[in-house]
Amino acid sequence: MAQAGTIASDGPVDGHGDVLVVGAGVAGLCTATELMARGARVTVVDRAPGPGPASCSWWAGGMLAPYCERESAEEPVLRFGRLAADWWERHAGGVTRAGTLVVAPGRDRAELARFARRTSGFEEVTGARITELEPDLEGRFGRGLFFPDEAHLDPRAATAALLGWLEAGGARVLWGTSMEDAPSAGQVIDCRGLAAADTLPGLRGVKGEMLVIRSRELRLSRPVRLLHPRWPIYIVPRGDGVYMLGATMIESDDRNRITARSMLELLGAAYALHPAFAEAEVLEIGVDARPAFADNLPRVVRRDGRLHVNGLYRHGFLLGPTVGAEAAAAAMGANHGSEWIDDDHSQR
Amino acid sequence: MVNFYGTEVASRLLLGTALYPSPAVMAEAVSASGAGIVTVSLRRESAEGRSGQAFWEMIRGLGAQVLPNTAGCHTVREAVTTAQMAREVFGTDWIKLEVIGEDDTLQPDLFGLIEAARILVAEGFKVFPYTTEDLVAAGRLVDAGCEVLMPWGAPIGSGQGLVNPYGLRAMRSHFPDVTLVVDAGIGVPSHAARAMEMGYDAVLLNTAVAKAGDPAAMARAFALAVEAGRVAFEADPMEPRDMAAPSTPVMGKAFLG
Repeated sequence: MAQAGTIASDGPVDGHGDVLVVGAGVAGLCTATELMARGARVTVVDRAPGPGPASCSWWAGGMLAPYCERESAEEPVLRFGRLAADWWERHAGGVTRAGTLVVAPGRDRAELARFARRTSGFEEVTGARITELEPDLEGRFGRGLFFPDEAHLDPRAATAALLGWLEAGGARVLWGTSMEDAPSAGQVIDCRGLAAADTLPGLRGVKGEMLVIRSRELRLSRPVRLLHPRWPIYIVPRGDGVYMLGATMIESDDRNRITARSMLELLGAAYALHPAFAEAEVLEIGVDARPAFADNLPRVVRRDGRLHVNGLYRHGFLLGPTVGAEAAAAAMGANHGSEWIDDDHSQR
Repeated sequence: MVNFYGTEVASRLLLGTALYPSPAVMAEAVSASGAGIVTVSLRRESAEGRSGQAFWEMIRGLGAQVLPNTAGCHTVREAVTTAQMAREVFGTDWIKLEVIGEDDTLQPDLFGLIEAARILVAEGFKVFPYTTEDLVAAGRLVDAGCEVLMPWGAPIGSGQGLVNPYGLRAMRSHFPDVTLVVDAGIGVPSHAARAMEMGYDAVLLNTAVAKAGDPAAMARAFALAVEAGRVAFEADPMEPRDMAAPSTPVMGKAFLG
């Protein structure tokens, strides 16, 4: 974790108010929102022509699942991730609070026990309760875990809503504008994700591959995770029979190619969840690389007189609000210690 | 010290680098384990565009000798290609050779393994074959030029321990001069200690540490167990008996009348 420390030592922050946010992914938009809330004049630039597939956030699952993530994530992910659903409801709306269902095929039953030991905030459920929660999964699984306090959202709808909120509040959002062409501002907050890897040592890409599919037969009302010894596969309902199926985790910064193996594993998992997914239509194939630091936790880094918000890994929507708020507070000159702020990045 | 193809390594624990919650946790675990050798599986897709560079740098930064492996290869050709890529990426001629024959048990394909070992040895590789306790296959691997053999304890990731201790003992006594490593299936430190008590030169594990609640603590537990097992082996353990043998001889007891 970043050391708790003060951030004022780097000199006074002038002109409080005029802040340029570079990157309109979830990190940039959360930061911009928190800046606006603190009374800043905000400009957001992004080199993409508009919201779209160039950003990791476009491909996110949109699960607000701090309890489940704790299975393999550090403790702050749970502590701060619990605040995410309220934040998104407040700023973007569209949060579905229906919990998460976790199941495992019979042969991977041990994974369910392990998952339960590593997490909290769940009830153990039997087949009857699973059917009650998700009628279309009737008879598929004898046991599972239900995390009632988790939520999910549609990342594309949520970012669009946030953009609307920002522009309504007077923020300027300039698409097709790179950092170099951006208007000058009192302060710059770099939220470029993996593109900032040249300035942030230790930032790496973790490749994720996902599919968007549509099933006319199956109706699921909440994210379902299918445990697997290698990686957890999840399926998130987007409404109207559309599901996001994700996501692989590969130590690679490739952002372009999905392999047949990954596709096989993703679709195999969907099929294991319910054979009717075999009839689903494949709508989209997504590939991107998540920006991550070595501990897979995000942080606000002060480097060369500029703030960076980065390393959100697979927790963009879960932790974006927290690190966005930290960055905004730091930019506005708040003198407070925080575990998310890294003043001495070279130490990592 | 254990000898791997002429390289003396102090620790008898080899640790895998996959499946950890994060690279930071992995690095802590490697450090706590004291392992002198770490294995890393090379995905061909990451090797081609060097897109796995950032992770490999972290592995190189661990300060341990890197033993790349051909995890996930099902054919001789895939395994040979992956080994060649690994040599380029990691700059080592060491290769852990895995040729998987069966998807449910991840059991090695011994026929493919022997063939791939012959090819790789001829290309100058120092091959660490992941094999079973089959003595005939082991003999063929040695004939092919393998100076290290790595029989499984149980299927990869199963944590079942040493399911065929008889077979592993037989292997040890058939190949007294080959460096033998129990690879795969180790679940808890007592499994590792048992392999070492049998006279195995080292153990290789990954999941048991990576999927523990506290990987660094578990890595330390394994380091202690491996050391305990080795010291016990060198101390020449007693033979088990069928009947009790009083540890206080009757002759020495005080006579109280």
